[in-house]
Amino acid sequence: MKTSSFTHLARCRVRRAALLAAVLLGGAIQGGHALAARAESTADHSKFKELQQAFSSGPEVTQACLNCHTEASKQVHRTKHWTWEFLNPANDQRLGKKNVINNFCISVPSNYPFCTSCHVGYGWKDASFDFKSEANVDCLVCHDTTGSYRKLPGLAGHPPYQDTEIPPGSGKIARAVDLTKVAQKVGRTSRDTCGACHFFGGGGDGVKHGDMDSSLAAPDKELDVHMDATGLDFTCGTCHRTSSHDIPGSRYTPVARDTEGAHVPGREDRSLPATCPACHGQTPHKGNGPAAKLNDHTDTVACQTCHIPAIARGGVATKMSWDWSTAGQLGPDGKAMMKKDGDGRVIYDSKKGDFVLGENVIPDYAWFNGDVTYTLLGDKVDKNDAVTRINTLGGSAGDGRSLIWPMKVFHGVQPYDPVNRTLVTPHTAGNDDTAYWRNFGWEKAIDAGMSVSGASFSGKVDFIKTEMSWPITHMVAPKEQAVRCGECHSKGGRLERIEGIYIPGRDGNRLIDLLGWLMAGGALAGALIHGGLRLLRRDA
Amino acid sequence: MERIYIFKRFERFWHWSQALLIILMMATGFEIHGTYTLLGFGKASQLHTNAAWVLIALWVFAIFWHFTTGEWRQYIPTTDNLLAMMRYYLSGIFTHAPHPFRLTQLRKHNPLQRMAYLGVKLLINPLIWISGLVYLYYNDLNAAGYEVELGTIALFHTIGAFLMLAFFVVHVYIITTGHTWSSHLKAMITGWEEIEDTK
Repeated sequence: MKTSSFTHLARCRVRRAALLAAVLLGGAIQGGHALAARAESTADHSKFKELQQAFSSGPEVTQACLNCHTEASKQVHRTKHWTWEFLNPANDQRLGKKNVINNFCISVPSNYPFCTSCHVGYGWKDASFDFKSEANVDCLVCHDTTGSYRKLPGLAGHPPYQDTEIPPGSGKIARAVDLTKVAQKVGRTSRDTCGACHFFGGGGDGVKHGDMDSSLAAPDKELDVHMDATGLDFTCGTCHRTSSHDIPGSRYTPVARDTEGAHVPGREDRSLPATCPACHGQTPHKGNGPAAKLNDHTDTVACQTCHIPAIARGGVATKMSWDWSTAGQLGPDGKAMMKKDGDGRVIYDSKKGDFVLGENVIPDYAWFNGDVTYTLLGDKVDKNDAVTRINTLGGSAGDGRSLIWPMKVFHGVQPYDPVNRTLVTPHTAGNDDTAYWRNFGWEKAIDAGMSVSGASFSGKVDFIKTEMSWPITHMVAPKEQAVRCGECHSKGGRLERIEGIYIPGRDGNRLIDLLGWLMAGGALAGALIHGGLRLLRRDA
Repeated sequence: MERIYIFKRFERFWHWSQALLIILMMATGFEIHGTYTLLGFGKASQLHTNAAWVLIALWVFAIFWHFTTGEWRQYIPTTDNLLAMMRYYLSGIFTHAPHPFRLTQLRKHNPLQRMAYLGVKLLINPLIWISGLVYLYYNDLNAAGYEVELGTIALFHTIGAFLMLAFFVVHVYIITTGHTWSSHLKAMITGWEEIEDTK
């Protein structure tokens, strides 16, 4: 950080004194960060009278927080973490968890009490949830430092206030959370608090993202150079530098190509702080020789493409595909069952169908400019298409906004309505007569789900192949493990299918190559014949 | 047997270091082109680039040397004896006919050599050098507003490489066509060329 701010300022021809000041400032910030990581707050929350009481519910704790942090809930109310809704200004699509359909657990609306165990609020069990309630904001889920605070599926965002058997009938007891203890020990967010939801997206550890799973809770340097728990020890918030609870870095409108320089204290930086260039600048490779050529790549290749050599590098497998069409096969006892692979990982679940899991997967690569278009409920889909794209990422070699990005491309087979030709939003989770995971009937589950979504359903169910792309950005490897030049600069290499650019080692003009080899080969043949004749006639 | 001193010390140093560099650059260059894998793309391109800079430095000296010594005149093309030389390579050489060209210190290349070397110096080298430098700096050129496409640059560079390869093959063979199979080679090592006795 220090070095990059240094070079950047030098380029801007700022006076020497200012340069020195900035370097010192940069150093102070770095030192400040390290200090923050050791969590020396100026406030000991256990000494606050407001928190020295027995709380019977989450909202009661929030009321206590709001006594001092008067604006906190209002700030949270403005974020996607709260609304689960996002209007994409680029194409007016209404996105957010509440609205999108994916090819993992598919959709939220009829499954609120389960899905909202990852909502930063309390009580979102159906569409009537009060989004204006300040008390319903869950402060603890992000600010817990004890590791004992846990929200359970089915409780609509509440933690267990009594010891609770979960799932019911399983014999597994989730202990009641000690709200007073958790409230008195609040602190900054951590990899654990963010990870409590983001590591487990898609219904389990590492399922969804491929670059985020529980291995990042305390990674070593090999897994993530920045989050290395015994080294730099970044939290999520170190890059997703949050102000007023508004967390930068969005999957709906990501910055695919940051052309700004490194952020420098004292200068107004309008670019996203969560990109690599926001700290490393546009010429991140230092030194002579190869560094210059590597820096030449930054207008074509995303940093992640070389520096994240594989998906799911931390020992936790990620799902690569999910086939809902095989769900519903019950065991001989007529009950839901699971099949596991040799490593004990679930590859079939009666409730969900077949999975393919992967670790250390070589990513797909694609041009990406940050434009994301979703296939939403109501959009026409066609089974005759090779694949239906849940999200379509924009980008091309020539648009001036794209870089080549690594992707996890997730393949799904999921239910759809073949008459209306739309994706559907099944009611999966619940203890009622229609939930698929209890009754294993698609028609009833989809009918129930679609009526909650306010969409029409023909009553017919078929399955359609879908695909969803996840740009990969976490689990940055040490530079020694970066992708080698030849893995892309070769025929059949990682970037074999990238169009629109000339890649030395991969590309060439076949005619020129043919003529060239004919010419050189002809010269050699001529020389051999000529020399051979001379040899034969040497005594003549 | 007559001996004549034709290649001075600098010239021999220049020739052999250039030979080494060009072989190195062909080997790494065709790897960069994707023809085979030997060192790995990264090492090959690094070596290729470093060798290019050394060769450029060497050439700056060589050009200086050619002009200060007047040796550049050795490459002025001539048609004298041209046909005779061709006839010699096509037939005379097999019948042990006398070599039609008598070299002296002032005319050390036969007319075919003159043309070939001039072709290398005026055609192949500039083609490789210019396309190579543009290849190396195409990002900066584009940033400066000169729109150049890497594929086009690479195409010219590859054409240059093939021409150089063909020249190299023929050159290495022609070395053996002196008074004896090795007299040209010896000349480039010691500076002294053996020539046929004057009749």
